[in-house]
Order: sequence, then C-alpha cells, then structure tokens
Amino acid sequence: MPSLIARTFARLKAEHRPGLVTFTTAGDPDLPRSAEILRALERAGADVLEIGVPFSDPLADGPVIQRAAERALAAGSNLRATLALIRDIRRDIASPIVVFSYANPIMRLGVETFAKQASAAGVDGVLALDLPIEEAGVFRETLAGQGLDTIFLLSPTTTDARIRKAAELGTGFLYGISRLGVTGARDSVAAGADALVRRIRAHTSMPIALGFGISRPEHVAEVGAYADAAVVGSALVSVIAEHGRSPRLIEQVEEYVRWLKSYAHA
Amino acid sequence: MPSPTLTSRRDPDARGYFGEFGGRFVPETLVEPVEQLERAYFAAREDAQFGAELARLLKQYVGRPTPVYETVRLEERAGGARIFLKREDLTHTGAHKINNALGQALLASRMGKRRIVAETGAGQHGVATATACALLGLECHVYMGTDDMERQALNVFRMQLLGAEVRGVDAGSRTLKDAINEAMRDWVTNVGDTYYLLGSVLGPHPYPLMVREFQSIIGREARAQIVELAGRLPDAIVACVGGGSNAMGIFDAFVDDRDVRLVGVEAGGERIVRGRHAARFAGGSTGVLQGTRTFVLQDEDGNIEPTHSISAGLDYAAVGPEHAWLRAIGRAEYAYVTDDEAVEAFQTLARLEGILPALESAHAIAHAMKVAKDLGRSKIVLVNLSGRGDKDVNTVQKCLRS
Repeated sequence: MPSLIARTFARLKAEHRPGLVTFTTAGDPDLPRSAEILRALERAGADVLEIGVPFSDPLADGPVIQRAAERALAAGSNLRATLALIRDIRRDIASPIVVFSYANPIMRLGVETFAKQASAAGVDGVLALDLPIEEAGVFRETLAGQGLDTIFLLSPTTTDARIRKAAELGTGFLYGISRLGVTGARDSVAAGADALVRRIRAHTSMPIALGFGISRPEHVAEVGAYADAAVVGSALVSVIAEHGRSPRLIEQVEEYVRWLKSYAHA
Repeated sequence: MPSPTLTSRRDPDARGYFGEFGGRFVPETLVEPVEQLERAYFAAREDAQFGAELARLLKQYVGRPTPVYETVRLEERAGGARIFLKREDLTHTGAHKINNALGQALLASRMGKRRIVAETGAGQHGVATATACALLGLECHVYMGTDDMERQALNVFRMQLLGAEVRGVDAGSRTLKDAINEAMRDWVTNVGDTYYLLGSVLGPHPYPLMVREFQSIIGREARAQIVELAGRLPDAIVACVGGGSNAMGIFDAFVDDRDVRLVGVEAGGERIVRGRHAARFAGGSTGVLQGTRTFVLQDEDGNIEPTHSISAGLDYAAVGPEHAWLRAIGRAEYAYVTDDEAVEAFQTLARLEGILPALESAHAIAHAMKVAKDLGRSKIVLVNLSGRGDKDVNTVQKCLRS
C-alpha cells in the first residue's frame, strides 16, 4: 500500500486543492503545549505536519527557528522527547507526520534505532537537513526498511542531474526551497519559485511541496497554483513565539492556520 | 603540471572521506557551490601559474620561509631533548593563518567572487582574511562571537583598520562555532557572488584538504630546515589543535616518515568535565558538525556541548576530520594541556627565549616540554609555534592578576 504521505497527496490532487504543510519545533514553547499545538494544527486543517527536532547548531535556519530551537532545548526537548511526543499525539492526528532534523541527533541515536523508534511512534517520513542525497544512502535504505519515507530538499542551486537523483531516491514528496538562504518568513513568494517547480516537474511526477518565506493565505494560493502544497514554517513559529506566554496560544495558532487556509481555494 | 606550492598526496576519497571521517554534510543549497569550489580548487592546484603567484606572495609579502630556531635555554629548563621552533609567529600578520587566507583569496578571485565571508575565533584568521582581501581588493565580512570580540578586542580593531566589516554573533556560546554557523548562513544566502573563506581544516570537502594543502608549506620548509640544522629528522613534532590547520600544515610533510611521532595538543581548559574544556579526543565521540563527520563534543542526544579554553582559537567543539583519521589509524597521537599550564608556558617562553607565543601555541610549548623530558637527550622535538602572543597579553594579564 502507498504510504500515508503518498495517499494524502493523491487525495489533495483528486480534490484539486493545494495542501498546507506546517512546521513547528517539538517542545516549543514546551512539550505539553507543543502537543496541544499539533492537535490544533490538525483541527485547523493542516494536511501534513512537519515536526522539527531542536538542535544546538541549526545552521540552515534563520533567527525565528533558531530561537524556537533554543526555547525547546531549554524546555528539555530533544530527539527522544520528539519521538515520545509523536507517539503520544499520534492517535489524535490523521495527517502524515514528517520529522525534520539535522543529521547529528539521528546519528547519535543510531540510524537503525532511530528508524525503528520513529516507525513505532507513528512517524511517516523523515527529512534530514544536512544529509544531501550523496550522504543519505544507508539512511534512506534503513528508513525504507521501517516503512518510512525519505524526503529530499531541492533548491534553486540544485542541478537537473541531482533533481533526477532526488526523485529516484526520495519517497513521499519532494521539498522545494523557493529561495536561497536560511528559513524565514518574507513579504512575498520568491520570484523563481514557479520556475523551480517547473524544473522539478520536468523530471518527475512526485508531489512537490514548496517552502521558505511563506506567511500569508495569498502566498498559499499563489504557490498552490503550481506546487502540490505550500509549507509554512517561520511565520507559524513566530505566532508561537509571540503568544508563548499567553493562555490564548493554542487558539491563536489555530486561528492563524485557518486564516492561511481561507484563501487556499482562491 | 602540478604546482610545487601545493601537494596532491593523500587526497581523501572522491566523496571527501579520510577513512570514516570527513564527507559533505551541507544543506541542499550549498551542495552545488561546494562542488563548484572543489572543481575550481582542483583546477587551480594543477595550474603552475596559480602556484607561482601564491609562492611569490608567500615569499615577498608573508616573509616566507619562516625560520626554524633552537631554544637552548628552554631545552635546559625542560631537561631532555633538543627543542626547535618553527616560527610561524614571524609571518606577516603574526600567525600561520595567512598562508591559507592568501591561497583561498587568490582562488576566490580566480572564481570571480568579489565578496568574502569568514569566521574567526581568536581573530587571527579574521585578520589574515582581512589582510588578504585588502591586498587583492575584495570585500570582506568577518563573523565573530561576541564573547571572542571581547577577549580579542585588539584583533577586532585590526580587522576594521584593514577595511573588513566585523559582524558580532550573539547566538549559542558566542564563540567560534557560532561564528561558523553564521558565516555559513551568509554563504547560503549570498551564494552567487560570495566566497566562504574557512580558516581551518574543517567543514565540508574540499575545505579540509584545501586548507591542509595551503598550510603544508610549513612542514615542507621545516623538514628541509631541521635536516639542515640538526642533520636528521626530528623524533617528535608537536602542534596545538583547535580545528587543526597549523598541526596538519606541519604534520603533512612527515606523515610518511614513520619514525617521526606526530603529537597534537588540544585545550584541556580548566579540567576534563562537560563544558569546561575543548579536548575532543579526551571527551568526544563521532558526530557530524558544520559539514563534516569527525570527533565532536556532544551530549547523549547529539546536541553540541559548550566548550571552554583560555585560548579562543582552540575553543571549538569539533576537530578536523583528517586528525580524527590519523588518530584512528594510529599515525598521530593527541594530548591536552590545561589553561594554567598554557599560561605558565607562555611566561616560560617569554622569559627564557624572549618570545611571546599565542596562547594557542603556548599549549604546544607546554606539551613539548613534557615530550622533550620523556624522550631524553640526543632526541629532537620540533614545535610549530603557530602565532605570536601580542593579542593575548590582556588575557594573560587578567589571568595572572586573579
């Protein structure tokens, strides 16, 4: 049977609507509220939940997600806590769950152990930010052995040859980075975003989610016109940062994601 | 024809691995730029003209060859082997870092990149990069942890005088590691026109190889010089290891001389407990940090541990992958020296030889005295005195007053 991720993208396609992929850091602002936030994202209609593992040295991330990782680490989160969190919420979440991590925490745990524990916790796919295709051979095979998808990133600097390789080796979906640089919300979608998606489409029929810099419903609609899904990360994490001390945190998160979805059909 | 200024022996494998260490663990956006860099470097090192231009600058601008000098009074104090110093402290800008900074700045020019970003810990690499950029007319931005800016304030001003912009990094431990994260974030954002001039044998392939080759002139000179002065090869070579570029630079020419012991010296800080030292081989394990697989100080969840050393240049949680490999195959050995021992060696060398070593190099001096004593008379120890200590005078003063 195709994976939950593959089935979700097939359904989105059948419904002729773009998906919304959300990114939050596990344990931001703390582990119990992180669980509530993930449930709220599901209620608000997120189609795929990306859950970031906090890491001490997030060199691909901008300040917003760096701060989220710091808050989460200070609250006692780490890879093991992330997997425990997913295990706890899995029964409440129908959407696929993708773990986002830097390579080192996974390697420290051991790729084999990680794959087994992630699978047991109910993870559907894994994206390792600093594990490009060339370094991901064993990683991918080990994940596949546990029925987990390996998701690869593609960037404006990725050559066509490597797009083909990523499409061949990756499973679930491909994650397009719409612009150069670190993660962070922007006022507009990057100029070359549609060109990148077209370039990827020329080599594969795999679903494509596009991220980096998306913060508004019109961005979701714009990206949805050519990609299969839009990823919102830093902008959502900013909502969590802003309302982290407020009793209305969960409401605010849910409201924000509903707002993002409001233009998704436009 | 391969350039005589560079060597092409002992390349890592095609994926940049020395044994199980090294590789290329970078975010997707940097994969192609790093491959471009590899192609450009491999072309440059085969180009006799590139090598000749670098050799000319190293001679006329840097002041190479640097001398090898025998420390008669230090030998007496140590009470054993003869101790020779390779005087990298006498280079223009006062540390070995200039060898690599010039090499890479020439490469950047050759690649048509006019904007240079670099990280710095002690400030020596930042100063060397700012110098090379001034010389070649390149725009220079140096990232530096705010803690390091405070303890190396003089070097911050030196960089500014040389026309560089120093950008403070107020994240994480506010030291070298965080400066590298920020320099890589800059590179990933401005990859079209920007060259990342990494200062040590760290990071994704080809940096560990390239930086080692730009530094290997230290060992080639020293090998000929020691043979001329002492009539034979040394019994041991001692060098401090932060990322490990001065050590790789002097080790490289001796790796095939099986009878020459290669000894790297890490920062023992206050003592070997979590967060109070930077001795990766004493307290670390295999991990991936900032593009390479190597020995890393990390906790059980794979987060990088804080480090401490009185010397900003050794205060880093990972070590060059080739060092990890040389250790794994038993070719090099690694020891550590504490802050107190380094400060004592700093004073000893000042009083006995009239040389103020960088606190980094003082770690090598401290350990070399132990090695000299253990080896005994008629043996020879060669130390890489990687930099001069003017930048550390304030730190030592503070330390001696407290």
